[in-house]
Amino acid sequence: MDMSRYVLPFEECDLSMVNRVGGKCASLGELLKARIPVPPGFAVTTEAFDLFMEENGLVEKVQARLEGLDESMVEETERASQEIRAWIEAGTISEPLEDMIADSYRLLSRRTRTPAQPVAVRSSATAEDLPDASFAGQQDTFLWVRGVDDLLDRTKRCWSSLFTPRAIAYRARMGFEHSQVKLSVGVQKMVRSFAAGVMFTLNPSTGDPATVVIDSNWGYGESVVAGEVTPDQFHVNKISMDVTKKTVSDKQIYYTTDPETDEVIRIEVDAERRHLQSLLDSEILMLGELANRIEKHYGKHMDIEWATEKSLPYKGEIFIVQSRPETVWSRKKREPIEKPRASAVDHIVAGLIKGKKVR
Amino acid sequence: MADLKFPSPHEAERIPGTEGWERMYPYHYLYTTEDPERKKYEESMFWFYDGLHYPEPMYPFDIIWDEAWFLALSQFNNRIFIVPPARGIDHRIHNGYIYITPVPVTDPEEIGKRAEFFTKRAGFYYENWDKLHDNWEAKMKEVINKLAMLEIPVPPEMEDDAVVMDGIGVSTGYHLLKAYDELISLGILAWQYHFEFLNLGYAAYVFFVDFCRKAFPDIPLQKITQMVGGIDVIIYQPDQELKKLARLSIDLGVDEIAMNGNAETVLAAMEGSDNGKKWLEAWDKAREPWFHVSTGTGWYHHDRSWNDDLDIPVSAMRIYIEKLRKGENIARPTEKVIKERDHLTEGYRNLLQSDEDKATFDQMLATARTVFPYVENHLFYVEHWFHSLFWNKMREVAAIFVEHKFINDVEDVWFLTRQEIKDALWDLVTAWATGSNGRGPLVWPKEIEWRKGVMQKFREWTPPDAMGQVPETITEPFTIVLWGVTSESMSQWAKLKAVAEGDLSKIVGFPGSPGDVEGIVRVCRTVQEINQLQEGEILVAPTTSPSWAPAFQRIKAAVTDVGGVMCHAAIVCREYGLPAVVGTGSATSRLKTGQKVRVNGASGEIDILS
Repeated sequence: MDMSRYVLPFEECDLSMVNRVGGKCASLGELLKARIPVPPGFAVTTEAFDLFMEENGLVEKVQARLEGLDESMVEETERASQEIRAWIEAGTISEPLEDMIADSYRLLSRRTRTPAQPVAVRSSATAEDLPDASFAGQQDTFLWVRGVDDLLDRTKRCWSSLFTPRAIAYRARMGFEHSQVKLSVGVQKMVRSFAAGVMFTLNPSTGDPATVVIDSNWGYGESVVAGEVTPDQFHVNKISMDVTKKTVSDKQIYYTTDPETDEVIRIEVDAERRHLQSLLDSEILMLGELANRIEKHYGKHMDIEWATEKSLPYKGEIFIVQSRPETVWSRKKREPIEKPRASAVDHIVAGLIKGKKVR
Repeated sequence: MADLKFPSPHEAERIPGTEGWERMYPYHYLYTTEDPERKKYEESMFWFYDGLHYPEPMYPFDIIWDEAWFLALSQFNNRIFIVPPARGIDHRIHNGYIYITPVPVTDPEEIGKRAEFFTKRAGFYYENWDKLHDNWEAKMKEVINKLAMLEIPVPPEMEDDAVVMDGIGVSTGYHLLKAYDELISLGILAWQYHFEFLNLGYAAYVFFVDFCRKAFPDIPLQKITQMVGGIDVIIYQPDQELKKLARLSIDLGVDEIAMNGNAETVLAAMEGSDNGKKWLEAWDKAREPWFHVSTGTGWYHHDRSWNDDLDIPVSAMRIYIEKLRKGENIARPTEKVIKERDHLTEGYRNLLQSDEDKATFDQMLATARTVFPYVENHLFYVEHWFHSLFWNKMREVAAIFVEHKFINDVEDVWFLTRQEIKDALWDLVTAWATGSNGRGPLVWPKEIEWRKGVMQKFREWTPPDAMGQVPETITEPFTIVLWGVTSESMSQWAKLKAVAEGDLSKIVGFPGSPGDVEGIVRVCRTVQEINQLQEGEILVAPTTSPSWAPAFQRIKAAVTDVGGVMCHAAIVCREYGLPAVVGTGSATSRLKTGQKVRVNGASGEIDILS
């Protein structure tokens, strides 16, 4: 069997492969191409999913179960979803496929010099399957997964997230065939993030394309992404590369790893850390630099998730965890800033007549 | 901004014990309730305190420059270039503080008509800027030359034989009156020229700013000024001369002489050797005109020039000699400045989305760059060179008053208005001619003592930021640029107030030059104190001027009480890459030498750490 059909290191993924590795993994591969630091990992491709479904005789079985289902009946859809998900999660990953996933995982552990490297397992949707990553909800992301057995289990649970009631209803509404649905799974080294958050390559509140806006909190980025805290906010001028604004907020909660259980927990921030700046000035500038490079690589404004890691023995590092095109400002219709005029005097006259608003 | 409320001009606070202060100033500067129409007009306008030019209350004589620009700016706007939506700027005074208001044109039809004239007239100036500007420089030098040559004659006990032998037919008394008139008239003329270009310059600049802000809503003003800022601006020249003199003293081996004693002993010692004489030659050459640079803004009579106090350039030059001896580079980082300016311009331009936007950007930038050198350079010609000479000519007039006991001290003359001085001169020359006693000695010393007391009470009073009604829009370019009277600055005022009343560990001002540093405060109230600055300290000053330039070689950041993004401290700090927070209003009174602070030049905040 050709291994690269079923598992693919992020380094080999790019945007032309969205159908095979999904948007998330494709974009991580793209970032690596631009020499952006991304935590290492690999994609379990849609073909692996197809193979699994076939080998377990689930293709027809699922098709039959969904036939004639009235998606507007919530309870009925709920029941179908539960059954299908249970079949998938109870299915068996065949030995050759299991070996390929396990080999990739061991390779990753060797690379990070961490036995049973903790990983994040996330679904990586192909374009038409799901409206966006956030649609599927939280159940398709599993953090702190360690060891091959758990990895295989979480992979199946990711696959099964294709059949949540919302996903089923959405496809029905959009007229997509359930049988055409494909899902890739991304397996990525867990970053023990010290601080994390999101950043935009333009200012999302003013639209200024020269400003990188960074939102940051302690621990994992989830608290920022989900809007559970008022994060610290930093502005970096892209051209002069200086920090033009710092707002340090009262950060009440954060997500971190319980050292006993290796589970992600949501806890209150210690009183003395709540008002501290969650990023060093040098880190703010490094993030600004990365935002600039990512934007240049894609040629459009981007919305980026990032994390800093301070675990020994390595020194502190910054990682980009995800990036996707910014949508709000990029979709706005562009009018010329000023109506074109023959000369500067004409602009001055027009400006004078309009005046300056005072209140 | 609707909640911004200011007192009515007619209900502004009066200070007990100053009753009658109104006679110290021109009668038309006073708010009045006597005429219903004028009262209504005054109530309806937005009068804001011109703290940028007048951090102190006005001396009765020094108000001459306010009158001069009241006329000059307004006529160029309203009668010469015909700015479409704005007439002139009206002025008032209250408790010694100047309040001004732009007068708008409200009728759209009139605005349209005015626009035709403005396009033609201002367009002519923009197109022929460089040629007209050369012409301006020639005119300005002529005025300065006339002023320098103007003789203030001292009435003698008896006129010279020549008056008779040459059949001159007039007396020194007549000449003194005439010379005084000429002196005042030259001052007014210099200010006519001052505004010939200035408002056009500001207009071009302000709409480039406007464009940049629309395209880049977060862009700091300092980045825009960096894009248009000139490289060879003459405000740097006095400082350049000191550097040259420092280098020359080392090259000639006379630097040790330069390092010892005061200016008088240095200059005397230089006479002792051939190399010393060579250095003196260069020194004398630098003095004309560069040492006419004022140690203040030049707006007040007490802003003395380097030529008035040679100890200042001598001690400033020593900072450079020390640096050169240590092998440090004291040259202006012009290459770096040019590189940064180009990088910034290209970076912003590349972020523009369309070719239309790029074309507009290019048009506005080119014009802004054409006008900007004037905006920066006129200060040296008028406020420094001309004013420094002017104040001293007035001191010659004052000396005659002292001799005739009209006033006790030369420096008392500033407590009289220019009209009172004219009247007093008549009193003096007629008494001199007649051989009788003038009335002046009975009137002025007493009046001046009273006025000194009034001025002191004015100083202790805090003028409100503004009076009257806040308008919807401001269209007068000068108002927008110089005072930044926009919704932004209004909320900044509100912020400054809130901070002043609440958080004692913070001082807020205008972001003058970006950067973020911690350091030890050194409060320098005058340029004479810059010698106390230690390497790496943070300079805290009321304001700075070109004569403060050497200070910027030693410091890590600058903080001023007065000034906007275009003030001297902000310009120089941007050049040297030092953070600056300007226009804090109160830094010199709230900070003490030795305190530790953190200065954020991008946000305009100063945190007091100890």
